[in-house]
Amino acid sequence: MPVKVRIPTPLRKLTNGSDEVAADGANIADLIANLEKSYPGLRERICEPDGKLRRFVNLYLNDEDIRFKKNLETELKDNDEVSIIPAIAGGRFGL
Amino acid sequence: MNFTEEQIERYSRHIILPEVGGKGQAKLLKSKVFVLGAGGLGSPALLYLAAAGVGTIGMADGDCVDMSNLQRQIIHNNERIGKSKVQSAKESITALNPDVKVEAFHGRLTVDNIREIISGYDVVLDGSDNFPTRFLMNDAAFFEQKTLVSGSMFRFDGQVTVFKPHKGLPCYRCLYPEPPPKGLVPSCQEAGVLGALPGVIGVLQAIEAIKEILGIGDMLAGYLLVFDALKMTFRKVKVRKDPECALCGENPTIKELTAYQEEACDWKPAAKCEV
Repeated sequence: MPVKVRIPTPLRKLTNGSDEVAADGANIADLIANLEKSYPGLRERICEPDGKLRRFVNLYLNDEDIRFKKNLETELKDNDEVSIIPAIAGGRFGL
Repeated sequence: MNFTEEQIERYSRHIILPEVGGKGQAKLLKSKVFVLGAGGLGSPALLYLAAAGVGTIGMADGDCVDMSNLQRQIIHNNERIGKSKVQSAKESITALNPDVKVEAFHGRLTVDNIREIISGYDVVLDGSDNFPTRFLMNDAAFFEQKTLVSGSMFRFDGQVTVFKPHKGLPCYRCLYPEPPPKGLVPSCQEAGVLGALPGVIGVLQAIEAIKEILGIGDMLAGYLLVFDALKMTFRKVKVRKDPECALCGENPTIKELTAYQEEACDWKPAAKCEV
């Protein structure tokens, strides 16, 4: 199930500059695993070593923060849009 | 409140707006707004707040004006290089609108002084450039029950939101529970930023502060506005109040202000500037 993933500026080095990529996944965890296959290094930027999302990075399914849905188990359907939005501060970012 | 003739003329474009009117303008003139940082975000925010007739504007910054600031920090100018930023900003504000009383603090906000400094204001704007200060300001605004208008930026991207945890709405920690660990924040080097970007973000902060004072429209509280200057898109996502928030949640673990350690190269005392 392809969904559109919005890539924030700090991670675009890993996606060859693309600000949007398409990826498959039945849920968010799946999606991250598939993104990692296509763009190695992406997972460790947004997830802790234990697989949980980092505390200064949010993933939004459409306009909802997945932490307030089912987190990594949040299911995806065709044409969903996922945005990765890191905390930023004065030229700094947490990714 | 009786306006002077000069004030009626100065604020005429506000007064003829039904949403503002004489009543709203009087509210602005009585209001007190604090802006943290007289830099990229602070410059446009301070100028528009002053132009709008916000009666008292407070600000804090520990830096002096530097040539490399002038690409974006439009409240300063060439002649003020070497002056403290708050002094320079005060001169610009007074030149723009002598109605405004300016309270300028040249120094860094810390665990020990921040609550006292912001306590007398109605609304607080965060235009700081680092994570430890952002978390400190969030926590201080929560304890002082101040509405916090937050703006931040990175290269071509900006984020704006409003935090009102004292009104049952989210705080910064509901959005981002913790700052990135020191090792992960990539560098202490001055990062690039498109000069006009803080113009957009700082002005949006001023608009939110003015709306909050006037009590009009829909605030960004509960939403994060994300601006991408390269794609020229604004997107809004929801910010939920986190019941497990360490600060404003149901069982808070943060009961007082704590300082996060800053990057070694960030930590510097207030600069000595030419007066």
